[in-house]
Amino acid sequence: MTSRDGRTTAPGSLLIRGGRVIDPATGTDGVMDVLLSDGKVAKTGPGLDAGGGTIIEAKGLVVAPGFVDVHVHLREPGEEGKETIATGTRAAAMGGVTTVVAMPNTVPPIDTPAMIAYVLSRAAQDGVVRVRPAGCISHERKGEVMADLAGLKEAGAVAFSDDGNSVMNALLARRAMINTRILNVPYVEHAEDASLVDAGVMHEGRVSLRLGLAGRSPLAEDLIVARDLLLAEATGAHLHVAHVSSRRSLEMIREAKARGVPVTCEATPHHLVLTDEAVGEFDTSAKVLPPLRSEEHRLALIAAVKDGTVDVIASDHAPHGPLEKEVEFAQAASGMVGLETMLPLALEVLVRSGAMDLPGLVRLLSSAPARLFHLAGGTLAAGSPADVTVFDPELAWTVDPRAFSSKGRNTPFAGRKVRGRAVDVIVGGRIVVRDGGLV
Amino acid sequence: MAPRFFCGLMGPQGATQSLDAAGIDRAMVRIAHEIHEKNPGRLADLVLIGIPKRGDTLARRIAAVLARDHAVVAPVGVLDITMYRDDIGSRASLPKPSDLPGSIDGKTIVLVDDVLYTGRSVRAAMDALIDFGRPKAIQLAVLVDRGHRELPIRADYVGKNIPTAPGANVKVELKEDDGAEQVLVEEGNG
Amino acid sequence: MTTVDSLSAKDLLGIEPLSRDEIQLILDTARTLSDVAKHPIKKVPALRGRTMVNLFYEASTRTRTSFELAAVRLSADVVNINVQASSVVKGETLLDTARTLEAMTVDFIVMRHGSSGAPHMLARNLKASVINAGDGQHEHPTQALLDLYTVREKLGSIEGKTITLIGDIQHSRVARSDLIAFTKMGAKVRFCGPPTLLSADFGALGAEVHHDLKSALTGADVVYVLRLQFERHRMGLMPSVKAYTQQYAITSERVKWAKPGALVMHPGPMNRGVEIAPEVADGPTSVIVDQVANGIAVRMAVLYLLEAGRTKRAAAGGVS
Ligand SMILES: [Zn+2]
Repeated sequence: MTSRDGRTTAPGSLLIRGGRVIDPATGTDGVMDVLLSDGKVAKTGPGLDAGGGTIIEAKGLVVAPGFVDVHVHLREPGEEGKETIATGTRAAAMGGVTTVVAMPNTVPPIDTPAMIAYVLSRAAQDGVVRVRPAGCISHERKGEVMADLAGLKEAGAVAFSDDGNSVMNALLARRAMINTRILNVPYVEHAEDASLVDAGVMHEGRVSLRLGLAGRSPLAEDLIVARDLLLAEATGAHLHVAHVSSRRSLEMIREAKARGVPVTCEATPHHLVLTDEAVGEFDTSAKVLPPLRSEEHRLALIAAVKDGTVDVIASDHAPHGPLEKEVEFAQAASGMVGLETMLPLALEVLVRSGAMDLPGLVRLLSSAPARLFHLAGGTLAAGSPADVTVFDPELAWTVDPRAFSSKGRNTPFAGRKVRGRAVDVIVGGRIVVRDGGLV
Repeated sequence: MAPRFFCGLMGPQGATQSLDAAGIDRAMVRIAHEIHEKNPGRLADLVLIGIPKRGDTLARRIAAVLARDHAVVAPVGVLDITMYRDDIGSRASLPKPSDLPGSIDGKTIVLVDDVLYTGRSVRAAMDALIDFGRPKAIQLAVLVDRGHRELPIRADYVGKNIPTAPGANVKVELKEDDGAEQVLVEEGNG
Repeated sequence: MTTVDSLSAKDLLGIEPLSRDEIQLILDTARTLSDVAKHPIKKVPALRGRTMVNLFYEASTRTRTSFELAAVRLSADVVNINVQASSVVKGETLLDTARTLEAMTVDFIVMRHGSSGAPHMLARNLKASVINAGDGQHEHPTQALLDLYTVREKLGSIEGKTITLIGDIQHSRVARSDLIAFTKMGAKVRFCGPPTLLSADFGALGAEVHHDLKSALTGADVVYVLRLQFERHRMGLMPSVKAYTQQYAITSERVKWAKPGALVMHPGPMNRGVEIAPEVADGPTSVIVDQVANGIAVRMAVLYLLEAGRTKRAAAGGVS
């Protein structure tokens, strides 16, 4: 059988034995077994029988619902030199991610039902994890005319976003929110006021001043977040703010949530781990949007993850080639790859730092994004899709971009010693990663 | 880094004194005498030019002897050859100011250096000198000639010939520059 | 005895990476090399057989000529790449350009570029020594070195002096390099300009931030006037050129607010009558012309010391 995201399910059964099973959706946390059968989770509990199927020993490892990454750029169609569905989904699998929400800023952008269908068919052919496309809010991502949102949803879009840009026209934003509310699909905003960022290429602050680079003020993010919060409050739409990076934006989101505004937001590992100091001497691998900010903002973001203001962790995996990155800093493309480093970085900055416990992080990586984007999975409850990530939270390794499954090598984390890695990854009952390597 | 560069410093040293203070003094007197002998009728146009760091000290001493013993007043200059060397960066390579006593056009120049070895410093000095003007003649005085020339250069006045092994190090110490006053030959073991 | 006798890095990308000793070394070497201009033959063979390329993406006759003369006085060969006429405008990337130059076995690349960090990118990808002749709004290290040299020549020392830079600090690479250079050498640096052209964050970088000209000039040993770009008005960064002039132009009356005999400096080219009154620019304490002359000696020193460092690294068996 073929599901909507193009995955075929595996027949037969698979027993994951003796791991620490963490399933935030059901409140499970304990050493036990997980039995998968016919592409579904059959049962979770101690001393289960493999029933003649394959056995994966998970002693000393964590068994979690497969991770759901709601912010991934697969670059296909149009920029296959940077990434393809084949390479991007393999990078996802290596990072323990079993479902990706593919952002629609491809070339051409995913702004019609036919484009959604195209991505899904390519994913069915080449993908090794589930690909759930997001559709554009506006036609050609130009921010002028609204796209066929209902048709996009019908074809399989799970979110709407003009990611890469904010919807700068407030009227369009308002009408799009009214429609996304009716369609019950999240409206995802890349919040940066284009007129205020001007020619800025990094966070506006002491480092940009030192390097003589034009700055992007956090005010640019705050303005759009403020506007969107008012619009979401007025329309009742589910506003999801992508990659929040500014302290003031987080304060406004926190305050809006308290008033019951239907807003959620995500944080990326790079905004949690790095500051604008990572730009060092014009390192383009640290150029990203919104920019890496100062320590004040980074600490505010960690606090917001801790207190629940931030709902999910997402990678904003954005592969680029040397052509886009080995140029002058101002000309360099923005974005960094993130799928394969998301887990260890999140463990470092959120769990080992003491900000939250391991089940808390697993929730932000699996059940929370699945629930917010209405995606199947994100839980090991019986009857759920057999998407499982078995990981070793202590496994030490050194980030080596040459070893990435992604085509992108653009990471500021090259050479960093990290701990935590996916060991076995199962999608729809099929093993896609075994002992840390692609099957 | 290859340790052989440093074995001269690390190994036990057999340093032999080849000239003592009195010997250096006698050499200065003899060189001054020979300069006086060799340049009849040109003594008024004589200029002594030392190559730092010890050549200029020696030039001043020779000038003093010329004045004392021969009543010849020869101006003394300093010529920095750093920018004319063919081995930038391989040794103390910071340029120092040159200080020539007026024009050198038509003058008889006696270049003064402490040790004559490969001849490269003298070659650089002649190039430098010629950029400052057109002397009538250039002569060369050295305290020590240790052999092993790599260029067709010969000294007109030599304080002492000291045959040495190629790895050996000839160290000239003058009281103005070094406190001590002697010439040592350190046998290299490379 | 100086503790260093060459520059440790392959490139000169900014003042920031230089140690105080290295700056001292450059100034001392420049002092000696300034004598070459007084020789009957105004050149020495130190860099014979070396090639320097002037790669200027922004026109600057003054800086380009200064580097060219410095190279010529050291007997290096000089190639000027006219960027408008070369392939760089036809979509060739900076890296392509760099590799082309590398293939031509160039030893020094002097680069002026409108984008901050462009020389850093070039330097990472080349064996040749890259000298930053001004990158965007980032640094202009040889300008700062010649400014240090000029102040030391005229005032005897730098330590303890107060340097006030006036104008569009925000967009000035000269201001950034001078700030780092003068503070490294023990001077105090004041910045003065309207808030739109002078961010308070400069305080965190070590400058004293002033918006009032009189307080900025009081007690200053050096009055350093920056060039005003008229387009700042169009960008909404100053109410008008006239308003700027009324508040910040250095006139013969205002220059008296500084210490008696305070030096007047300007990196050129000047807008006479805008940021600086003609009688101040040509006044008795103006050293603007000396700055130009000193630029050659300082650039000779930089070229020579980079070469010395490179030879030294090669001899030590390191890769250059
Ligand atoms: Zn985005």
